[in-house]
Amino acid sequence: MRMDKSYSQSFEITGNNFFDAGKAATEVKMILKQIGINSDIIRRVAIASYEAEMNVVMYAKRASMTIEISQEKIKIVVDDEGPGIQNIELAMKEGYSTATTEMREMGFGAGMGLPNIKRNADHLKIESEVGKGTKVEFVIELKESARGGSKER
Amino acid sequence: MQDDFRSIKIEKDKCQGRMACLRVCPTQAIRVRHKKATILKDRCIDCGECVRACPNKAILPQTSSFSDFSKFKYTVAIPSPDLYYQFGKDVLPSTILAGLKKIGFDDAHDVACPSEAVSIALQELLDSNNLPRPLISPFCPAIVRLIQVRYPNLLDNLVPIESPMEIAAREAKREKMEELGLKENEIGTIYLTPCPAKTVAIRNPPRKKHSFIDGAIPISEIYPTLLQALTHITPESEQEKQVRGIGLGWPIVGGQASSLKREDCLAIAGLNDVIRIFEEIENGKLKDIRYIECHTCPTACVGGSLNVENPYIARGKVLRLLEKYGSKPCQPREKIRELYQKKYFSLPGKIPASPAEPLDDDIQVAINKMKRKQEVYDLLPKIDCGACGAPTCMTFAEDVVKGNAAADDCVFVAIKKFESISSDLLETILKHSRKVRHNENLS
Repeated sequence: MRMDKSYSQSFEITGNNFFDAGKAATEVKMILKQIGINSDIIRRVAIASYEAEMNVVMYAKRASMTIEISQEKIKIVVDDEGPGIQNIELAMKEGYSTATTEMREMGFGAGMGLPNIKRNADHLKIESEVGKGTKVEFVIELKESARGGSKER
Repeated sequence: MQDDFRSIKIEKDKCQGRMACLRVCPTQAIRVRHKKATILKDRCIDCGECVRACPNKAILPQTSSFSDFSKFKYTVAIPSPDLYYQFGKDVLPSTILAGLKKIGFDDAHDVACPSEAVSIALQELLDSNNLPRPLISPFCPAIVRLIQVRYPNLLDNLVPIESPMEIAAREAKREKMEELGLKENEIGTIYLTPCPAKTVAIRNPPRKKHSFIDGAIPISEIYPTLLQALTHITPESEQEKQVRGIGLGWPIVGGQASSLKREDCLAIAGLNDVIRIFEEIENGKLKDIRYIECHTCPTACVGGSLNVENPYIARGKVLRLLEKYGSKPCQPREKIRELYQKKYFSLPGKIPASPAEPLDDDIQVAINKMKRKQEVYDLLPKIDCGACGAPTCMTFAEDVVKGNAAADDCVFVAIKKFESISSDLLETILKHSRKVRHNENLS
């Protein structure tokens, strides 16, 4: 008998690889759809994990995105190797961004990344060490009503 | 979803399990078990790729036949504009409409003109605010179905506007009721369809109870008879009587988007590209785009699996006809605007979600099955050979945990199992033969 009642899987994200940007978020969505999580929750997880993934693609060298899903909650941890965040409080402000002009022209770096994660998650924790990396961890709770996308059928 | 609402039927007698359908199905909805293909109804989006691929012609679209329409007092053909591009380049739409009357329909009603009206209605709609961004075109029924099955979050992005074929049928019925004093159910409207997906949209329209269309016949089926009839028709010489307007461009990629005359519209064709875009929209991107024209077929409707002409040649004909007759509108814009204000085009009903079956209805059981699925997947060769009857190793692992397949249905798993059994067996044999020889030496 397995004691662990949760499912987890990790995905690698590579910095500066704009071609694959969004792949990890897509994989996460596919897992949630198979488990039958309802579409509202999926939308929140999608937006939050995509923003977290894009932060890695834009600023970091590499990262792993790990999703852990249990009956009670979905937890996503994005642990990167990168420049770190100088001032987390400032980075949490809407519209604040250190993105380059090129990134902005591509439609990224609107300064909505972390605020968007915060808006869509129930809990958000950010740990960062300048020069080493950042760990973003967020949780979306699964209340009774949020389970079973199949009920929509 | 009820069985009879799906667009495709497999004739088991003709199916030899050759797996062509398995490989082309974009939603992994086909399995081949005991040498026969079956369709997983919760995943099928009616795109018709399998119809095209089957080497035995065992997969057929569920369409109507001529005899089904004998119950009507009066019949009107509603040809998809694709029909205009199936014949020689000098055959004009007016000739084709005349040809349809010659082969047995009482009348034929053009759909390019209602397409133009829908383009104008879309222009009006896009000028209003507070709409989801981007809006997604609802005119390819397989796309609507894809959203119901895989992207229920995007249901609100589908434009709530009636399709040109429905408008054409509604108008045809209204006209004939007035003109001939017939009741609505005495007039049969028959769509000439380029693909199986449209037949589902007719039998089970996603936003309303009934379609204005009474049945559908494949373009490919009507083609030979119509082709013959066309040779006996004197082409309409009067310019004024030709079918015209931007609606003529609707069957090709970009036909709708370019008719909207805006920069913030995109046209996307081919299911893989559409899926990529839907993933992005679900992630909260593309908010600066207002409208996306989406097609399942890579060459849009001229590439539908029930057409006859090569889609690229048909596209060339569309462009030529657009150049000649596209710029002159077929109806005054003001009239369409007025109709739009009167909600003539609106389709208020909600489209229900219809997500593909999850691993289990109970979330904890589904999580456990997800883990088991990963374990099964780890045993598989990951070459997606299809020999097990599932299109990929991943879908096979899913079938195993759902109880629809056994792990050793995979030849690679079976060979490993056989190897380990036979090496055990060999060892036992050797052990015993050594023992026998040892005993022989003793005696």
